[in-house]
Amino acid sequence: MTAVLRITGALSLGLMAVLGRAVILLMHMLRHSHVVVKRFPLFVQQLYAIGVLTLPIIIVAAIFVGMVLGLQGYNTLVDYGAESSLGLLVALSLTRELGPVLGALLFAGRAGAALTAEIGLMKATEQLAGMEMMAVDPIYRILAPRFLAGVLALPLLVALFNVVGIYGGHVVGVEMLGINASAYWSGMQQGVDFYNDVLNGVVKSFVFGFVISWIAVFQGYDASPTSEGVSRATTMTVVASSLLVLGLDFVLTSLMF
Amino acid sequence: MTSSLELVEISDLHFSWQDRVVLDGISLSIPRGKVTVIMGPSGTGKTTLLQLIGGRLRPASGIVLVDGHSVPDVSRSALFELRKRMGMLFQNGALLTDLSVFENVAFPLREHSELPGPVIRQLVLMKLHLVGLRGARDMMPAQLSGGMARRVALARAIVMDPMMVMYDEPFTGLDPISRGVILKLIRSLNDNLGITSLVVTHDVNEALSIADNIFLLSNGHVVASGSPDELMASSSEEVSQFMQGKPEGPVHFHYPADDYIDDLFGVQP
Repeated sequence: MTAVLRITGALSLGLMAVLGRAVILLMHMLRHSHVVVKRFPLFVQQLYAIGVLTLPIIIVAAIFVGMVLGLQGYNTLVDYGAESSLGLLVALSLTRELGPVLGALLFAGRAGAALTAEIGLMKATEQLAGMEMMAVDPIYRILAPRFLAGVLALPLLVALFNVVGIYGGHVVGVEMLGINASAYWSGMQQGVDFYNDVLNGVVKSFVFGFVISWIAVFQGYDASPTSEGVSRATTMTVVASSLLVLGLDFVLTSLMF
Repeated sequence: MTSSLELVEISDLHFSWQDRVVLDGISLSIPRGKVTVIMGPSGTGKTTLLQLIGGRLRPASGIVLVDGHSVPDVSRSALFELRKRMGMLFQNGALLTDLSVFENVAFPLREHSELPGPVIRQLVLMKLHLVGLRGARDMMPAQLSGGMARRVALARAIVMDPMMVMYDEPFTGLDPISRGVILKLIRSLNDNLGITSLVVTHDVNEALSIADNIFLLSNGHVVASGSPDELMASSSEEVSQFMQGKPEGPVHFHYPADDYIDDLFGVQP
């Protein structure tokens, strides 16, 4: 019994310590957020590494998600003679849920893991310590630009995910299964509300981008400086951010809709 | 700015990692313009001492003065100002792997100065020429040998014209030629640029050939200090064990353990 208590206590204390360090790091990064203006090229470079290089996986995934939505939606709707609402169904599913959530999960696996591994290895090879000794703050020079680029990159990626997904639905619904193209688009136009659907999706993707980038940067910075430590931190980034995205999605959805 | 003869003054310095005492009341002073070597077995806190001087660690108690500033007490921005005047050479070089040799050496200038590109180029090439690697400016750190990486790191450490360079195990893991090159560089930088040099090493021969002054550390204490000749002539057992590399002496071969026979045949816990 005491053993159980002791383990629970140790685990919660450890968790609290990690949370504390993570929040302190976040505060430092936000305090240094003027790096975006002062060192704009650094920010752009990270936006490229985090955002542009994640584009291929996002586009390919979005095409298939859109096509599957088109196929499944058509098969269900056609029984009720409502296949003309396919456009609305695809667009609502993507903007409200699938775009932000799937985009975030892919982002965590591709960009989040890469961020953690990069920063963890910089720590393990004393590059961060070396920078400190050169009077350069690694939180300013390395962490803050990456974090802020991640926060901005995910909403942009999700917007693209939605557009490409809607096109994927069009390919299957209109071009393969023969739904009227104007019905596909006009249903979407009438049924999708900008504030309720599109903007809420954007808010979600901002929250997810914030959480994933924060976890990824923190895990790299907090990793123990060994190959095992970096591997553990990378795993932790993907697991923790995926679970948090799914959990937060429920919370946000219940608040928004 | 004070102009005392000592650049770094340390007195009664204590430091512990969790419950392991690393430095147990160390006092030493490092004169300006000289090569000072800190020697001792692995794990006696030599590198920790450098980290304390550089302000990356905080001592439990004691005084660390660098050029008259108390390192543990200065503000963060003052510490960063102080660090701009201290170069540090890490054991593996700690080069930024995503930047070329040229950009690595240019890094401190680009971060701390508003110098125009052509001036930076000249400064970087001058420092690279000093370490003999002007021709390697376009290589990436992964393409460099261990000795070359350390020389690039040295060029980077002196690019801001610091008052002092700290070398953390500069000879470890190098071939004899590279060792000779590093030895020559430390000496010539010290004499020609007037940089105070602080070398941490456990290589006795290299230390003897380069040092103006040696401090021998063991178990968190300074056990001996003086010129190389004085240390070689020392009659202390601790000093002669280290200087001559004897396996037995005041430092035992066996890590502290329970009685051997009991451990093998006694009751298992």
